[in-house]
Amino acid sequence: MATTVGVIFSSINEEDIPELTKVRSTGSVPYGGRYRLVDFALSNMVNSGITTVGMITKNNYQSLMDHIGSGKYWDLARKDGGLILLPPYSDETETLYKNRLEALKGAMAFLRKAKEDFVVLADSDAVYKLDYSKVIEAHIAKNADITMVYHEHELVKSHYYMAFETDKNDKITDIQINPTGKGVKKNYINVMVARTSFLLRLIQDAIQHGYTSFGKDILSPGVKTYNLYAYKFDGYYANICSLESYFKANMALLDKNVRQEIFGDRDVYTKVNDSAPAKFAASAVVKNSLVSDGCVIEGTVENCVLFRGVKIGKGSVVKNCILMTDNIVGDNCKLAYVVSDKNSVIRDKRELAGCEVQPYFINKGSLI
Amino acid sequence: MLRKKECVAMLLAGGQGSRLYALTSNIAKPAVSFGAKYRIIDFPLSNCINSGIDTVGVLTQYQPLVLNEYVGNGQPWDLDRTFGGVHILSPYEAKKDTSWYKGTANAIYQNIRFMKMYDPEYVLILSGDHIYKMDYDKMLAAHKAANADCTIACMQVPMKEASRFGILNTNPDGTIYEFEEKPKQPKSDLASMGIYIFTASKLFKYLEEDDKNPDSEKDFGKNVLPAMLNAGEKMYSYRFEGYWKDVGTISSLWEANMDLLGVVPNFELTDTDRVIHSRSPLAPPAFVEGEVINSIVATGGEIEGKIVNSVIGTNCVIEKGAEVVDSVLMGNITVKAGAKVTYSIVDEDVTICEKAVVGTDKAEAVKVESKTNGITVLGRGITVSKNGKVAAGEIVDKNV
Repeated sequence: MATTVGVIFSSINEEDIPELTKVRSTGSVPYGGRYRLVDFALSNMVNSGITTVGMITKNNYQSLMDHIGSGKYWDLARKDGGLILLPPYSDETETLYKNRLEALKGAMAFLRKAKEDFVVLADSDAVYKLDYSKVIEAHIAKNADITMVYHEHELVKSHYYMAFETDKNDKITDIQINPTGKGVKKNYINVMVARTSFLLRLIQDAIQHGYTSFGKDILSPGVKTYNLYAYKFDGYYANICSLESYFKANMALLDKNVRQEIFGDRDVYTKVNDSAPAKFAASAVVKNSLVSDGCVIEGTVENCVLFRGVKIGKGSVVKNCILMTDNIVGDNCKLAYVVSDKNSVIRDKRELAGCEVQPYFINKGSLI
Repeated sequence: MLRKKECVAMLLAGGQGSRLYALTSNIAKPAVSFGAKYRIIDFPLSNCINSGIDTVGVLTQYQPLVLNEYVGNGQPWDLDRTFGGVHILSPYEAKKDTSWYKGTANAIYQNIRFMKMYDPEYVLILSGDHIYKMDYDKMLAAHKAANADCTIACMQVPMKEASRFGILNTNPDGTIYEFEEKPKQPKSDLASMGIYIFTASKLFKYLEEDDKNPDSEKDFGKNVLPAMLNAGEKMYSYRFEGYWKDVGTISSLWEANMDLLGVVPNFELTDTDRVIHSRSPLAPPAFVEGEVINSIVATGGEIEGKIVNSVIGTNCVIEKGAEVVDSVLMGNITVKAGAKVTYSIVDEDVTICEKAVVGTDKAEAVKVESKTNGITVLGRGITVSKNGKVAAGEIVDKNV
């Protein structure tokens, strides 16, 4: 069996959701009641048999570190390999990395040390379940230099997506860096497989030539010079690239089929927290909602995702909301389409409302 | 540097728990599920770590598989340590005297070498079948302050129930002058909680003497404590105030589960400073669509039916039209459409098929003559067939 090392970009695309990444990196954005976004890429790796993962961080990675710790919850606290944090690395000329290529440059020492034949690169801004070993199988079968995973959907936002065209053998014939136009495209989901040695050569080459963009300078022209192949992922895929998409991706979990696909079959690992089971008072009315450990519900909750330790007071009506860890909603409040970051308190009788495309956002630790 | 631990805890987890009937057919009592996401042993283990005790021997004997697997390396309780931590101590074979544990005192005696590895000043003896939160460190401080040889935790119980317990008769200064095991005519209402702190040297001395005594039943309550008292050792009572429940019977296990319900419950688990740790399962949050009233629900649930006054464990599926009332569902249980579960305790991995009826309304059930006060008990892994019926007070451990 081919051996594989994983690399996760935990801070890429942070500017897309400034509300949520002001205090944390993309990978540690809370999701789905008890998870962080990085859990999905990381669990996919573990469930694909990968036991060495390098995690590239940038700034504000305190909450990410708090979440992943030694990696024990992913069975990645190992003597040999395991989870290795790759904080920003700089020589005299550079400070913080500005793009994916520079980030990879910082991971070169890690990759050189890796004994594994193959490397999987993945971002941490999406919710999906994919067995990367299947991608590697395809990669080997096609004798590819690089295999890029795509998902077919209508373009939501274009500025960092790449889209490609393929021939009937899945060989990539064209890569668009800034795809435009309507219609379903083959959108690159920032999951890539290569031989470790090949990737190292690419990075080395890019440094020598002063390239600045992995997509523009390497992949796009690489269509002609390398064997670039596409791998189609047709499961559930939600990219978190705005508050709106964040809202949608959380609400998607209220669909049984999505829950089944993401959580059934194989576990999604995450940091364990020993909250008591959720408590429903005699006055509680709960419909179509996810309720995490530690919640205490005395009011009415409909179409919501409640994270751990959320309290809903008597007479309050909370609909279509995402309330993160330890939010406290007082008595007789009315909340609709609210996304409230951790540790916020909403006082008695407050009425707050947003709408589906523009949820009302409450900063971490607010008192309203 | 010489490494040692001031206090080592020894947790007696070998009992069969025969009064829990089907719930302990295949697992030891401390491994029985409790409060939707816990197992009974979570309570003493969490109390240890929350009291600063990081070295715990868990003495197992009866059906230890689930318990061993659950305790594992102790990581959920922060008891995975390079020195100390949690250790499963099962009976072992020796050149002579190969034997099972023959009583609580003998179980501890057989593990004297384990305790001595840590050169402790004090040894804390615990039971694996009680639900409570307690700061053992305070008890240890009292033991030290009194310069005691043995301190026994106790609490006030209603006088009419006193004859079920080991009763301490004490002087006003808290010293014990008499220890009576389940007295017919109790002189006091101070019941021993089965929690002892010994000064280690005294414990080793009396255990060794007890082992040589052929008439001894090798029991702490019956033999070791009276022997120490007779020899004039300094024995103190330590008053505990707070929630404490022995869950050795079906009805007390049911009651203790119910004590978790309500916004202000009899036993509060949601406080954050003395958290009860457990091997938390990796399930997503519970999905709730149905009616859930005055109940607690653990993660992984798919709740589309009606739940009233109940404790619902991890990964339970309650289908639309199903009803669960006054019941304890332990984990991985499916209640299919139209089925009704009332006043029951259902063990893990049970499937209750469409329109089955398990148990009867509490008001009716308590009148039924049974070993369980009318509570219906379904054992681990069984299936109740479509339209099946299990009457109030029945204990079932086969498919019906």
